[in-house]
Amino acid sequence: MVNYIWVVMILIGLGFAMVNGTMAEVNEAVFNGAKEAITLSIGLISILVFWLGMMRIAEDSGLLSKLSTLFKPLISKLFPEVPSNHPAMGYILSNMIANMFGLGNAATPLGIKAMEELKELNDGKNEASRSMITFLAINTASITLIPTTVIAIRMNYNSANPTDIVGPTLVATAVSAVAAILIDRFFYYRRSKKG
Amino acid sequence: MEIVSAISLWFIPVMIAFILIYGTYKKVPTYESFVEGGKEGIKMAVSIMPFLVGMMVAIAVFRASGALDVMVDWLRPGLEMVGIPAEIVPLALIRPISGTAALGITSDLIGVHGPDSFIGTLAATLQGSTDTTFYVLTVYFGAVGIKKMGDALKVGLLADAVAIITAIIVVTFMF
Repeated sequence: MVNYIWVVMILIGLGFAMVNGTMAEVNEAVFNGAKEAITLSIGLISILVFWLGMMRIAEDSGLLSKLSTLFKPLISKLFPEVPSNHPAMGYILSNMIANMFGLGNAATPLGIKAMEELKELNDGKNEASRSMITFLAINTASITLIPTTVIAIRMNYNSANPTDIVGPTLVATAVSAVAAILIDRFFYYRRSKKG
Repeated sequence: MEIVSAISLWFIPVMIAFILIYGTYKKVPTYESFVEGGKEGIKMAVSIMPFLVGMMVAIAVFRASGALDVMVDWLRPGLEMVGIPAEIVPLALIRPISGTAALGITSDLIGVHGPDSFIGTLAATLQGSTDTTFYVLTVYFGAVGIKKMGDALKVGLLADAVAIITAIIVVTFMF
């Protein structure tokens, strides 16, 4: 599916540029998009190195497995395929906690690490497992307790009460997280029915 | 307000201190563990590169050609009929595709309509309660070499759609 979306996005863009006379912009976009992607990955290196270093200490000291025991009841319901004392649990949890506080930069390395552990649980197959899809669904629904970036923007524009946004965001985020889990379940049962 | 900014300021330092103190207490060779873990970070960043380049070029071409604007214009009348303001449409469409572009649109909407206006609040709620699905998918699956994504994209985009609709309903009722 990603293959089709990727090709369709590029082809529609190119076709549109031919009709609409935006070829110059599209030419520039090809190179700028590629450059932006590399800049982003390079920028990620510092954060990845630092947080994965810290998390390795947390893993070696047993902190991660402690954290997963604490939230075991909730997480094992969401991820029935992951053994409760597996390191994947610790990474999934730390990723969710980082996301809740709007720490996107710290959340990414933890999420990747969680995926790596989930892949190992899935015998290293290059196919997304049930747990991986669940983890992704929860991530894109992005459970947010404190939308820090948005509050900062509102402060910039002299909002009367910048944190007013916390209430509605909490409700929206909670409803969409529950919906994400239900949608994920629905697709899982549809898959397993097909065999 | 003060509590919120205090938490966001103190959260990371406290976490770092806690990990280091606990690690030392458990007699972990902290510095060596840190270096071992950090090495993985470099490998990861490099392995993400081709996935990000592919995705971001496609998105950049699609936007620069003007196709995205036309799509927004097509959807506008239908969405306005069910009470969704047209100004929010570009944000709702871009949010799953590009985080930085969405942030740009959000600050623009807040700037133009005011932070405490209906559209300003709606934009802020949308920005806070959804995530960049394509980015998360590309980076997470790309880094560990998942080629067959299964239902992941469908699930992610449907969850985004629910989040957007919920945000609109919540903000309409609360403001």
